[in-house]
Amino acid sequence: MKSTIRMYLGYMRLSILQQFQYPVRNYFYMVGMIAEPIIYLVVWQTVARARGGAVGGFTAGEIAAYYIVWTLVRNMNIVLTPYAWENRIQRGQLSGQLLRPIHPLHIDLAYFTGWKFVVIAMWLPIAAVLILVFQPAIQLSLGNVAAFVIALWGGFLVRFMLQWALGMLSFWTTRVNAVFQLYFTIELLLSGRFVPLSFLPDWAQSIAGWLPFKWAFGYPIEVILGRWSPQEIFFGFAMQAVWVLIGLAIIALVWRAGVSRFSSVGN
Amino acid sequence: MSAPTATIHVTNLSKTFHVPEREAGIKAALRSLVHRKTRDVKAVDQIAFDVTPGEVVGFLGPNGAGKTTTLKMLSGLLYPTSGEVTVLGHVPSRREKDFLRRITLIMGNRNQLQWDIPAIDSFELNRDVYRIPDADYKRTRDEFIELLDLENLVHKPVRNLSLGERMKMEIAGALLHRPQVLFLDEPTIGLDVTMQRRLREFIAEYNRRNGATVLLTSHYMADVEALCKRVIVIHRGHILFDGDFRALVDRFSAYKTIVVTLANHQLDLTEYGQVIAADAGKVTLHVPKSETARITARLLTDLPVDDLTIEDPPIADVIERVFAQDAPE
Repeated sequence: MKSTIRMYLGYMRLSILQQFQYPVRNYFYMVGMIAEPIIYLVVWQTVARARGGAVGGFTAGEIAAYYIVWTLVRNMNIVLTPYAWENRIQRGQLSGQLLRPIHPLHIDLAYFTGWKFVVIAMWLPIAAVLILVFQPAIQLSLGNVAAFVIALWGGFLVRFMLQWALGMLSFWTTRVNAVFQLYFTIELLLSGRFVPLSFLPDWAQSIAGWLPFKWAFGYPIEVILGRWSPQEIFFGFAMQAVWVLIGLAIIALVWRAGVSRFSSVGN
Repeated sequence: MSAPTATIHVTNLSKTFHVPEREAGIKAALRSLVHRKTRDVKAVDQIAFDVTPGEVVGFLGPNGAGKTTTLKMLSGLLYPTSGEVTVLGHVPSRREKDFLRRITLIMGNRNQLQWDIPAIDSFELNRDVYRIPDADYKRTRDEFIELLDLENLVHKPVRNLSLGERMKMEIAGALLHRPQVLFLDEPTIGLDVTMQRRLREFIAEYNRRNGATVLLTSHYMADVEALCKRVIVIHRGHILFDGDFRALVDRFSAYKTIVVTLANHQLDLTEYGQVIAADAGKVTLHVPKSETARITARLLTDLPVDDLTIEDPPIADVIERVFAQDAPE
């Protein structure tokens, strides 16, 4: 256990060092990612004002709060994509990982976890500017903030595990772009990234509840906005745990076959 | 039966790849969507050998001979199609942690160090991954830094290093956990002569100090001559020769080189052998190996010889001759 923690800290440290190697580039990348939520924010605030101050149960100020927290959750949601998986296999990088006495899942998880600490530190000044400009309406409580922190990392884990599992398709074929695209489109619509889920019709909201995307994206945002009761928050934690376990189960089931396939073909 | 002392034991090892193939053109591309044609390529075919602890063995063969495929099977990256392999008592394809902690595979054309940060940070990561105790890590790191002259390089980002510097760093990083078995695939590829020699000396020193077993592929004969007492020659997936390096030269060198220095610069020596060079009374002849003694005696008897030396042909020529012999298709 101690050596596993040491290995995790080692990869987290490496990840942080790499992020600091190109601080300006990384910062511009992060700032560039703000364009998407700003567009959503301005559009929905305009709609809210046109409708007398609110849309889908959100006031203009709450919409601002939603999309400002969105910027952090979106960055926390960046994990190893299936495209990176494909690239890793094609360029032979997986071979290097397979030679290490450690499961590559640990390597990636440790690496991305380290990266997230840099992301949070870099997000704080961006959030400060957005708060000044858009005047969000948010009532923070200690309980909500604590629940948000757990939900934020839980969301990262949900997305990490499921994307990792999806990426393993690359063991068998490199022609799954269309599958990935479909997955990402459904995720965009039903996660709370495109619009808060309460803007969607009831049937879409109930489908979203049974899929993993909302638990990685919309749920942490709505937790900090204080829109969820304590019971609902705990239910959310449970759903995150379920999806993490589902992801892990898929990985455990598919990994051996995938590596066996890779080891037959090689790179 | 596995030889009890063998570090590496290989029996009837084969690897077949199913390679997709199609004709050129859009028609063929469309046809391949519904009817995918594949061809079986036997990269390694029924090879067998043992390597004992501390041995340094050169694995020779032209491109596509099956060298890298074999090294990948020995290090657990490729599943054999058939046959048996054990390395340090482990079946490599199971990739057990204890096995992976005791081996290393260095590929001259692959980069394992983190590109953007100084190598020293990657070294520390390897310490954590391979669970190297701090004291051992520091001792090994400092030893490698000294042996490979890395003092001024370890703190530079890897991307700023030259190819040779990077390769030195790769090797140091890959050996920090003091593996007992080293699989080296073209470790000196693309390096200049000085850097090649430096790395050879380091590998020899590592082998001497740690008693490590080394299996090395290289197209540079100097690597093999300097490091390997034993060589395995592989061609089209088959082993053509396995034995002492000098025995390889004896068996496959068809000729010897006689360099003779004459007092009379005008003499024509074509009747004694194939004249390869003639310059200011110094003539280089190729003579059939079996005729060497007789021709030498004739030269000394017939001609005013000032000096005469007999040499083996360059090892590269010998290897070329081994590959040129008919290997089963």
